[in-house]
Amino acid sequence: MAQQAKTNQAAVSGDTQGEVILPVMEREKLILNGRSYNWITERICGIVEKPQPLIWWLLFIPSAIIALVGVVGGLTYLVSTGVGVWGNTNRTMWGWPIVNFVFWIGIGHAGTLISAILFLTRQNWRTSINRAAEAMTIFAVCCAGIFPAFHVGRVWMAWFLAPIPNANAIWQNFKSPLLWDVFAVSTYFTISLIFWYLGMVPDLATIRDRARPGLRKFLYGIFALGWRGGNRQWSHYEMAYLLLAALSTPLVLSVHSIVSFDFATSTVPGWHTTIFPPYFVAGAIFGGFAMVITIMVPARSIYGLHDVITMKHIENMSKIILATGTIVGYAYIMELFVAFYGGAKYEIEAFKLRIMGPYWWAYVAMMFCNVIAPQAFWFKKCRENLWIVMFICMLVNIGMWFERFVIIVTTLPRMWIPADWKYYEASPVDIITFVGTIGMFLTLFLLFLRFLPCVNIAEVKWTLLESDAHFDDKKAHPDKGVDKVSAYQFELDENPNVEC
Amino acid sequence: MSTTAKRVYGYLAEFDSASALYKGAEKVRDAGFKKWDCYSPYPIHGMDDAMGMKRSILPYFVFFGGSAGLLTGFSLAFVTQVLIYPTVVQAKPANIFTTAAFFPIMFELTILFSGFTVLFGLLGLMQLPRLNHPLFASRQFARSTDDGFFIAVEARDANFNPEETKALLEDAGGKNIELVQEED
Repeated sequence: MAQQAKTNQAAVSGDTQGEVILPVMEREKLILNGRSYNWITERICGIVEKPQPLIWWLLFIPSAIIALVGVVGGLTYLVSTGVGVWGNTNRTMWGWPIVNFVFWIGIGHAGTLISAILFLTRQNWRTSINRAAEAMTIFAVCCAGIFPAFHVGRVWMAWFLAPIPNANAIWQNFKSPLLWDVFAVSTYFTISLIFWYLGMVPDLATIRDRARPGLRKFLYGIFALGWRGGNRQWSHYEMAYLLLAALSTPLVLSVHSIVSFDFATSTVPGWHTTIFPPYFVAGAIFGGFAMVITIMVPARSIYGLHDVITMKHIENMSKIILATGTIVGYAYIMELFVAFYGGAKYEIEAFKLRIMGPYWWAYVAMMFCNVIAPQAFWFKKCRENLWIVMFICMLVNIGMWFERFVIIVTTLPRMWIPADWKYYEASPVDIITFVGTIGMFLTLFLLFLRFLPCVNIAEVKWTLLESDAHFDDKKAHPDKGVDKVSAYQFELDENPNVEC
Repeated sequence: MSTTAKRVYGYLAEFDSASALYKGAEKVRDAGFKKWDCYSPYPIHGMDDAMGMKRSILPYFVFFGGSAGLLTGFSLAFVTQVLIYPTVVQAKPANIFTTAAFFPIMFELTILFSGFTVLFGLLGLMQLPRLNHPLFASRQFARSTDDGFFIAVEARDANFNPEETKALLEDAGGKNIELVQEED
């Protein structure tokens, strides 16, 4: 999927009689217009070094205000008043906070997928987008962490989640998926942070070396750790990167699997299914890639990164969205099928409620945004039109939130005891806090664009043709890409006994 | 005239491209140098061979770091759940057969400890953080993180000789050869 190959023209045209021509595939370049090493450095470091464009401020100020009001204000009100200001009621105790938690943690998955899995599978196109996607991962996990931390009710007791000896001599239940979640999410955050930071060290050194003596040189110098870029450092560094990628690959798959265990290991109809782990992981990658596009396409046009983040990158991401969206669609239909095929009464009722109950609109939104909308990416025209790509990715962002809403909110309000049944509605504080985390996410991302190199400079240079240690040798003996062998000679080689 | 005493760090030579650096490195390697390095803005594949370097030993550290994490995860869960405070939840047993329920914790701690071993092992092997270095005194060296390719041969090397080493670097294709000095 990664390379779009085109057949070498010479192979199909021209006078080929009497010659056997072996065609080769030519790869589309990752960096366009033959940009040099220095151009890449100037362009990426320029974002950090020059004053930000007006649009940055126009986005930053409202985002910061929304974050302050929503997250700081909303949570201050929550803590000072009580967790009852959220719409969580008996039965639907998980409500919006856990919907938001699963939504944000899912978004975080694209970053590690791009940096780890695409690294191991040698998809070099990831180099242009991995830094921003990793940053997105970290900020999304920050947003996600807020909800369970405050959802425990008394946030000042959140340290009870950690296995620390306490005065009651009670330990956590290590058999509970909720504790597994604590370990999975905190490990994921830590490893993503290490991965992100280590990947950034050579680029921080680039900014340090360009800065005049002063505060900037001092600060970037400290964070660059004195990086010199010698091969004795690169050699260990490359090994470390490979190891982190190999460690993160099972990690990223485990995190959302464990999040899905929160549901799947319960006996609640509609949740108790074995399809949940792969279904959640596919959904996480799906939603994460949509968010990468949602924030990278505007950043690309604001900072003029068209030669670094090319249409090929956007197309590849669109194809991943199409693939994972279709997997998610398969999972939706399969869990429905299994419910009816299994004949379990309560399971069937739970799914009937999902589709035809009072929350039918959420189910329709989920189906439309996650399964039907991405099908447009089958068409190259749609993958090439940035407006369509952005629109579909927005739908996917919305759809993935609704997916978690459907899973949690259509299941919990109607469980075993009909006397318990109640229509769940979010409170204004729920809404304000969630919108606040969107503001927080954007604020952190804009600060990242402002202060840190948003594209992996060193790795992008490595994808240029001239970065190869044998590039000059190839220039001296150009490979035309076509091997011409006379037909009769070819036959002679194949059949040495033929008589001429 | 400078009043501070200066100590020679070594020679720094610039090369035109990754290919030139690669060929230069092979020559310096064949001349038998040990304390020298090739500087480039990105990792050049095959450079380890050109410099006669061995594979990084980092994975061995990580194996032990990861094993320590696995053991920590198991002990943490087993000791607290089975030995000192047997918790029976949902009628699940509290004995050695409970271990299966500890797998996620064991897995996550394996990854966590391995990740930290990668970080600190890497910093140890690279001998970083080290905020200053004699090479930073060279003006042209700043380009090594942009588009410059350099070889630096240290004066500490037993084979170092002011004239011969310079001639070797010139012969290998080095340009702008500079004697880097650090203030003592």
